[in-house]
Amino acid sequence: METLGFMAAAFSPMNLLLAVLGVAAGIFIGALPGLSATMAVAVLVPVTFGMPTEAALIMLGAIYTGAIYGGSYAAILVNTPGTPSAIATTFDGYPMAQRGDGDLAVTLSTLSSMVGGLVGALALLTLAPLLAQIALKFGPVEYFWLAIFGLTLISALSEGSTLKGFIGAGIGLLLSTVGVAVVGADIRYAFGSQFLLGGVEIISALIGLYCIPVLIDLVATPSAHLEPPEEGRGVRFNESLGLMWRSKFNSLRSAVIGTIVAILPGAGGSIASLVSYSEARRTSPRHERFGHGEPDGVIATESANNATVGGGFIPTFVLGIPGTPPDAVILGALLVQGFRTGPEMFTTNANVTYTFIGGLFIATLLMLPLGLLIGRYAFKSIVSIPKALLVPSIAFMTVIGTYAIRNNPFDVVVMVVLGVLGWVLSRYGIKASPIVLGLILGPIAEQGFVQGYLMGNASGSVLTVFFGRPISMAIIALTLIAVFYPLWRARRDRIVKNSNEEPRHEH
Amino acid sequence: MRHTNSNKTFRLGTLFTAVLTSVALSGPVAAQSAEDYPSRNVQYIIPFGPGGESDISARLQQQYFQDITDQQLIIQYMAGGGGAVGWSQLNEMEADGHTIMGTNLPHIVLKPMGKDPGFKTEDLKNFYFFHYSPDALIVANDSPYETLEDFVAAAKQSPGAVTLSGSGTQSANDIANQRFQSLADVKTTYIPFKGTGAAVAALLGGQVQAEWGYTTVAANHSDKVRMLAVAADERHPQFPDVPTFQELGYDMTGGAYRGMAVPKDTPEDVTRKLSDIFGQINQNAEFRKKMQDLGFVLIDVPYAEVDEFMAERREEYEEVAREMGIIE
Repeated sequence: METLGFMAAAFSPMNLLLAVLGVAAGIFIGALPGLSATMAVAVLVPVTFGMPTEAALIMLGAIYTGAIYGGSYAAILVNTPGTPSAIATTFDGYPMAQRGDGDLAVTLSTLSSMVGGLVGALALLTLAPLLAQIALKFGPVEYFWLAIFGLTLISALSEGSTLKGFIGAGIGLLLSTVGVAVVGADIRYAFGSQFLLGGVEIISALIGLYCIPVLIDLVATPSAHLEPPEEGRGVRFNESLGLMWRSKFNSLRSAVIGTIVAILPGAGGSIASLVSYSEARRTSPRHERFGHGEPDGVIATESANNATVGGGFIPTFVLGIPGTPPDAVILGALLVQGFRTGPEMFTTNANVTYTFIGGLFIATLLMLPLGLLIGRYAFKSIVSIPKALLVPSIAFMTVIGTYAIRNNPFDVVVMVVLGVLGWVLSRYGIKASPIVLGLILGPIAEQGFVQGYLMGNASGSVLTVFFGRPISMAIIALTLIAVFYPLWRARRDRIVKNSNEEPRHEH
Repeated sequence: MRHTNSNKTFRLGTLFTAVLTSVALSGPVAAQSAEDYPSRNVQYIIPFGPGGESDISARLQQQYFQDITDQQLIIQYMAGGGGAVGWSQLNEMEADGHTIMGTNLPHIVLKPMGKDPGFKTEDLKNFYFFHYSPDALIVANDSPYETLEDFVAAAKQSPGAVTLSGSGTQSANDIANQRFQSLADVKTTYIPFKGTGAAVAALLGGQVQAEWGYTTVAANHSDKVRMLAVAADERHPQFPDVPTFQELGYDMTGGAYRGMAVPKDTPEDVTRKLSDIFGQINQNAEFRKKMQDLGFVLIDVPYAEVDEFMAERREEYEEVAREMGIIE
């Protein structure tokens, strides 16, 4: 009861106003490629110093929620994931927009983000201490296997050639080694350049690899960027509701996956949305349509990535270990305000914590009206802006966005180079996603391996450390399934086809 | 909120132009007298990502800077290469005192000892060191090690079998481990993690038996961990029961020091004024209290004493670097 009282405190007119402002600003920032949720939160931190703690937290949570959701606009409308967690949204969102269903994709993304956000927030409210204990069971070895598992998803996700998928991942892995290694501090592939020391920044690589090829194609082909929608059909809300209802299990399962992956500090939203995407594709009766504009793909990734908001706060609040980069900023703001994380957050400081969680619920619900409103205009304007204006505007945004990530002009160079490289590679069937996956998962796998190896040496048996722990074994099993399931299914399909002449009764 | 957004875009735009211009001209900009300094907002660049200790301590300074100068201290991040990306660009930035950058020890001494990270220690014009996070040997609450003696005994019994997590290689934690190994004549396995958060997670999850961290880590996780010893001159007021290494017979003080530097062409009088302003912040009772509660130890090394302070630290790190094989 007390909890509810604290949560109700979030409903004061001032807090509601802050939540509306925060969500709107977050959507706006998240929709612009390069301006990430982390940045949105960091910019806001000084503004919140003068506010009461609850109000500050509500506003920070709202802008974070809005920004993660806003990232889907860029993914759907210009094929550019605004944040790594929106990578998989491009797979089906962009093809939908291309064929004129951009409005449907945006509405679906809005509804799914809301479902995901609610599931994540609910987990934070009810299961936080339990889930935080699970997070601690993940050591270096588990992270290593998790990264390997993520890499095997490439075989599931690459259309056409699995080999080309792995070539792309190899390129990504190589790119991830540039700079100063975390473990060992070796300087690799920097070629004496002070700029390369910092490595290839993931968001700039994302913008380059996804957005630049779209821009080149826009200029190179005479056809329109996106098919215009039919007149007067609005946001297709009822149609979306119908699709959501059909995919209710998909949406819930993805939200649960998102929540669980998000409690692992460092794994984050990109893995969460990829795992749920490949799960959705594996179980869907329409699996062959994934990658060609299947609404279920958008529902899966957007449910998952908004669930990471609530899920990521679990280790942040319970353990004081930030689950995602924006959480690190919010944690910093909490410490500056004089708050301690840990059990105190749910005892002495419970009023602040529960008001914040209440605020998170409000922000998530506010996404619906605000998202539908902003999303409608975003789609309309992207469709109606003439190419001659659209291309330079997006190009300008990519440059500013890339620069803004670390205030480093060299990142812009990297972004453009990777963009051109990505355009050339995609002509040969090597897509952007495996490259980016390699770039994201490479360091996780490398650090996990070296740390696990050091631990193994200290304990006397490297093999026991890598293969003898229960969670590791489970992840290894999942990895094997991910690798062999497509092969098995292809074989089964062949057999079914061959036996069509003499139909069998087993299914 | 709209307002903040447009402000931000504007700021990014101007900063972009400013950096491009300064890279293009790369010369000293017209000097400015110290009387009217600061005449506009000051950019405070943290060469790490947001949310870390460098960021948190800068955020605490931020509030009091405005009280003293009526100008805002605007915190920016330029992460990459463990700080190297920022430090290697500092001297090309506008040198009128309106751009300052956080500096960290041992990073700025150790990094240039290995391969060339794009900057030299002596090229960084530090003007104030304001605090440090003392090294601490941390174990989980349920650890069998009750005292530092227990830990040393375990490490002596089976060399290399005791594992410790810490943040990064050739970092403050790595150095603390190295120093303690030679002082106590033990052999342990140091496992570097990406950041303090990951190192604590490894300790709490039982992946390692102990952690090289700081008093700040123990303050943040006071319900789950305890410290065996602290590398400060005296016991930390937050932890009156935790002995110092010196009390226990190990001559070890130090940790991660944090300061600020200006581009090297910044006029002397402006640099001194900056040193005075941050000295004043360091005296503020409320600031001191907040810093102490978080586990930091405040120190005052103004501009005039920076050279001497750096020379001492340098000597200390060189000795360790030789043992670690970073330098001959």
